[in-house]
Amino acid sequence: MIKEVVSVKMAVDECLRVKKNVLEPQVLNGEEKRICIVTGTHGDELEGQYVCYEINRIIKENRDSLKGIVEIYPALNPLGVDSISRGIPMFDLDMNRIFPGDEKGAVAEHVASRIMEDIAGADLCIDIHASNIFLREIPQARINVNTAQDLVPYARRLNLDFVWIHEAATVLESTLAHSLNRIDVPTIVVEMGVGMRITEEFCHQLTAGIFCVMKDMGVWDGEVITPKEPIISRDGEVGFVNAEAPGIFVPCVEHWRNVQKGERIGRILNSLDGSVEQEVCAPIHGMLFTLREYPVVSCGSLIARVLGGDFE
Amino acid sequence: MKRECIYTLKKLYRDDLNIYGYRFGKGEKAACIVGSIRGNEVQQLYICSQLVKTLKRLEEKGAIVGENEILVIPSVNHSSMNIGKRFWATDNTDINRMFPGYNGGETTQRIAAGLFQVIEGYSYGIQFPSFYLQGDFVPHVRMMETGFQSPSLANLFGMPYVVIRKPKPIDTTTLNYNWQIWNTNAFSLYTSATDRIDEASARQAVASVLRFLTRMGILRYMSHSGYLASVIHEEDLTNVKNDLSGIYRRYVGPGEEVHRGQILASVIDPMEGEEISRILSPTDGIIFFAHNAPLVMEGTIIFKVIRRLHE
Repeated sequence: MIKEVVSVKMAVDECLRVKKNVLEPQVLNGEEKRICIVTGTHGDELEGQYVCYEINRIIKENRDSLKGIVEIYPALNPLGVDSISRGIPMFDLDMNRIFPGDEKGAVAEHVASRIMEDIAGADLCIDIHASNIFLREIPQARINVNTAQDLVPYARRLNLDFVWIHEAATVLESTLAHSLNRIDVPTIVVEMGVGMRITEEFCHQLTAGIFCVMKDMGVWDGEVITPKEPIISRDGEVGFVNAEAPGIFVPCVEHWRNVQKGERIGRILNSLDGSVEQEVCAPIHGMLFTLREYPVVSCGSLIARVLGGDFE
Repeated sequence: MKRECIYTLKKLYRDDLNIYGYRFGKGEKAACIVGSIRGNEVQQLYICSQLVKTLKRLEEKGAIVGENEILVIPSVNHSSMNIGKRFWATDNTDINRMFPGYNGGETTQRIAAGLFQVIEGYSYGIQFPSFYLQGDFVPHVRMMETGFQSPSLANLFGMPYVVIRKPKPIDTTTLNYNWQIWNTNAFSLYTSATDRIDEASARQAVASVLRFLTRMGILRYMSHSGYLASVIHEEDLTNVKNDLSGIYRRYVGPGEEVHRGQILASVIDPMEGEEISRILSPTDGIIFFAHNAPLVMEGTIIFKVIRRLHE
């Protein structure tokens, strides 16, 4: 059943509406677990769209296997998705930096507060992101070190390649995931793919993992796969590569493969004079789990992240 | 006056971004003034340009006291200003949410780090920022409540109001917050405009900075004493929201005294032209902030009122 989470009248005729689809078993006993799948906080991150579609489709085709409540929120920032903008149009702050919101605050803060209110009480929330238009990511969970103990068991079952346990940062306290975890809704952030695109393979991989978790929770009793065992790592084991010159980045290795320390992963080219501005090399030996997708780079643009270790 | 390039970012097909600093006097790092960090902060740029002009003349007259150095950085992000963007043109990130910055990080983190390296260590830091809501303010000095803030020092600007804001997590990466954390007394000065020039409030801002520098013993300058400021905590301001959306017609502006029940604004049906809502003041007080766009969504904060304060 499609429900409205929040609506706000816009200046001329239309309403900003955040909607969800609530999928329930035919008969409810009041003991059902509830899982929320949310995405579209950043309007340019679209991988979650296909995951939402797939979850809807699979449940509709196997309705008898549904034993709990699944709520699908495909666009927390509907105006951003519609206008191909990462943020909320006409609002300065990143939507994922205004949670838990404020009923008395600006329109966006009011919307954030209603979203929080709506998800409150869920047994699990999966917040699907898709990097940005610049970087391609392998399917991974990002977990704050302070919540790792509670969340890693769920993340391991999501059929992801990687679980990155990162340090806490004050600025991240205003994310949806942090705010939900604070009100005891276990929430896992999944990052995968690249902005403005859909990587079908990754979407199927995550969808299969979500059904595994749903089965663990008793929300689903249909067939599921055996999820892959992800690599679990902390900040210290990740090496960053940034551009040191402006230009056009052209990679020479595939994403999600092992690289040796010092191995060339690409070049930054000067198209005006035909020179190579920078040979971009791996800072450590390990797995290339983030790789620049958008070719134009400035000084400092992130090119790659390498997870230290041998993963052949 | 000494002009120097304090940070350069190489660009691919555009001229490099060069951030310039103007130094007056020499010796102790007394005061640093930062203007436009976002590309639409034209008023902030203008105010700093007027400060540079005035300080240059005052320095020539020997008005800088003893061993004091003043640094003015009028513009940080003219790469965006020149193409009509508010945030960093390439990735839409906000340099004023990147402090203290990181030299080995992403582009705007590097710009913030390069700037912060130069501007940290000053006794007083003054920034001309802009707010995340669209609207007009009564001119004021704003400080973050970090535990290091000093409202009595803020009062020395002689602006009508000093506002103390309890920082939210997103504020912890602003210049004002980080200046304070790194032992600089930091003040944000808000005037009545951002993307247009308002001469009167620009003059008031220039005068208030010169007054402050004089009172701190950095400058010799005879000026009017200004206001004895009312100190307000941001959470004590009363937000007024509109119930219906449409075309917005405002009847009062920042600084005006209003009374409970007074009509502050109305909303017009955008198709049929009829007045569909009147927004009444919930309290006696002074208008501190007023929305200034011609359209409004439902539930927009259209006014912030300082309760029970009279002219």
